[in-house]
Amino acid sequence: MSALGVVGGVVQPLLVVAGSPLLIGVLRQVRAKLEGRAGPGVLQPWRDLRKLLLHKESVTPRGTSEVFRYAPLVLMATTLVVAVVVPFVTTASAVDPVADLFAVVALLALGAVALALAGLDTGTAFGGMGASRETTILALVEPTLLVAIFALSVRVGSTNLAAIISSTLDDPARVISPVSLLAAVALIVVIIAETGRLPVDNPATHLELTMVHEAMVLEYAGPDLALVELASAMRLSVFLGLLANLFLPWGIATTATPLALLIGVAALVVKVGLLGAALAAGEVFLAKMRLFRVPELLAGSFLLALLAVAASFFLA
Amino acid sequence: MLGLWRKIHRTGRVAEPAPPPPGGDRSPAAAALGGSVQVRHVDAGSCNGCEVEIGSAFGPVYDAERYGARLVASPRHADALLVTGPVTRNMTEPLRRTYDAVPGPKLVVAVGDCARNCGAFAGAYGVTGAVSDVLPVDVEITGCPPRPEAIVEGLRKLTGR
Repeated sequence: MSALGVVGGVVQPLLVVAGSPLLIGVLRQVRAKLEGRAGPGVLQPWRDLRKLLLHKESVTPRGTSEVFRYAPLVLMATTLVVAVVVPFVTTASAVDPVADLFAVVALLALGAVALALAGLDTGTAFGGMGASRETTILALVEPTLLVAIFALSVRVGSTNLAAIISSTLDDPARVISPVSLLAAVALIVVIIAETGRLPVDNPATHLELTMVHEAMVLEYAGPDLALVELASAMRLSVFLGLLANLFLPWGIATTATPLALLIGVAALVVKVGLLGAALAAGEVFLAKMRLFRVPELLAGSFLLALLAVAASFFLA
Repeated sequence: MLGLWRKIHRTGRVAEPAPPPPGGDRSPAAAALGGSVQVRHVDAGSCNGCEVEIGSAFGPVYDAERYGARLVASPRHADALLVTGPVTRNMTEPLRRTYDAVPGPKLVVAVGDCARNCGAFAGAYGVTGAVSDVLPVDVEITGCPPRPEAIVEGLRKLTGR
C-alpha cells in the first residue's frame, strides 16, 4: 500500500460523497435550462438529503423484514468501497487487490441485488415489479460490463483497473484503437441502463407503470431514503468516473504531491461534470424505450463488447 | 433531432420571472424542511380542473420546481399532501391512509374551493366533507380552479423560497 494509494483512498470517497448530489443537481439544471425552465439550482439535491437525514422520521412498513432495513446500508457500503478502491484521482489504489475488474463489477451488482431484494420484501405490487425489471436489466448489463472492461485488460495482461489505467497513460495511442472505441460505446450503453437514465428508465417519472429504479424504493422514507438516493447518485458518478478514467485517464495523479492531487481532483470533476451534462442534454432528445425493446439495446451493446474482445486478440 | 435543437435554441427560457417571495411566518413544520418540499398529490374527488392547474404550475412556464417543491410518486417520499376536490365517501379512508403513510413532519395543502368548503358539491350525498373535516389542513389555496400562480404561491409558503 503506497502513500499515493492511501491519499487516493481518503480523497476519493470524500469527493464522491460530496460531489454526487451536486452532479445530480447539474444534470437536473441542464435539463431544466433546455426545457425553458429556471430550475431549482444545483444545490437542491443536497437540500433534499439534508431534510431527509435530519428532519424526517424513519418509517418501517408493516410486514417488512431485515432485508428491507439493511438494503440501503449494503447499497451504500458497496458503492463506498468502489469509490475508495477504483483509481479515480490517483493511479495507485488504496486496496490494490480489490481494484480488480471482477471485484468492482461484483460489488456494484451486489448493491443493485440488495435493493431488488428490498423491493421484493415490501410485498407491494410495484416493489415486485420494479425488482423483476431491475433484475432483467441487471442480468443483461453485468456480462457486457465485464466483457467491455475485459477487452481493455487483454493487452495489459491484468484485470487490475489501476494497471489498465496506468498502461493507457503510458501509451495514449491506444485510446483511438478500434478496441477502445467499441468497448467505450458498449460501456456507455451499459452505464445508461445500469444507472437508470433515459431511454431505459426515466428518473423523473411519477407513473408507477413506467418505473424501474423508483418502483423498488417507493416504500423507503426519511434517512433510509436519503441513503438510497445518495448511493444511487454515487453509483452514477462512480460509473461516469470509471468511463472517464478508462478511456481518458489524463490528469490523474501519478505522484503524491499536493499539486498532482489537486490536478487529479480537478480533472475528475471536469470529466465527470462534462459527461453528466452531455448525458442530461442527450436525455432531452430521447423518449423512454418500451421495456421489451431494452433487451435488444443491451444485446447490441453486448455484441459490441464481444467484438472489442475479439479485436483485442486479433489486432494486438 | 437538429430540428428540436433549433427549436430549443429559438424558444429560450419560457419560465416567467419569479414574483417576490410571499411574506408571513412559516409554520415550524414547514421551516424544518429547509427549502425542500416533496409533494404527493391526492385527488379526493375532484373534477380534474385543479389537476390541470397543478400540472401547469409544475410546467415550464410557472416552474414550481425552482422554489424547491417537487412532485413525488409515493407518500413515503412526501413532506406535503396536495389534496384536491371535496372528500368523497370512497376516498375518505384512502386519504386518511395516505396521510398516515407520510413520515413526519407532514403538511396538508387543500387546493381549490371544493377542498376548502366542498364548493358546488356541498351537501351532496356522496361527499363526506371538506378536507379539513378529515385531516388537519395547513395551507388553503382558493379558486375554482385556482390559478397556477396561486398554487405556486401556496407552495412557496411551505418552501420559503
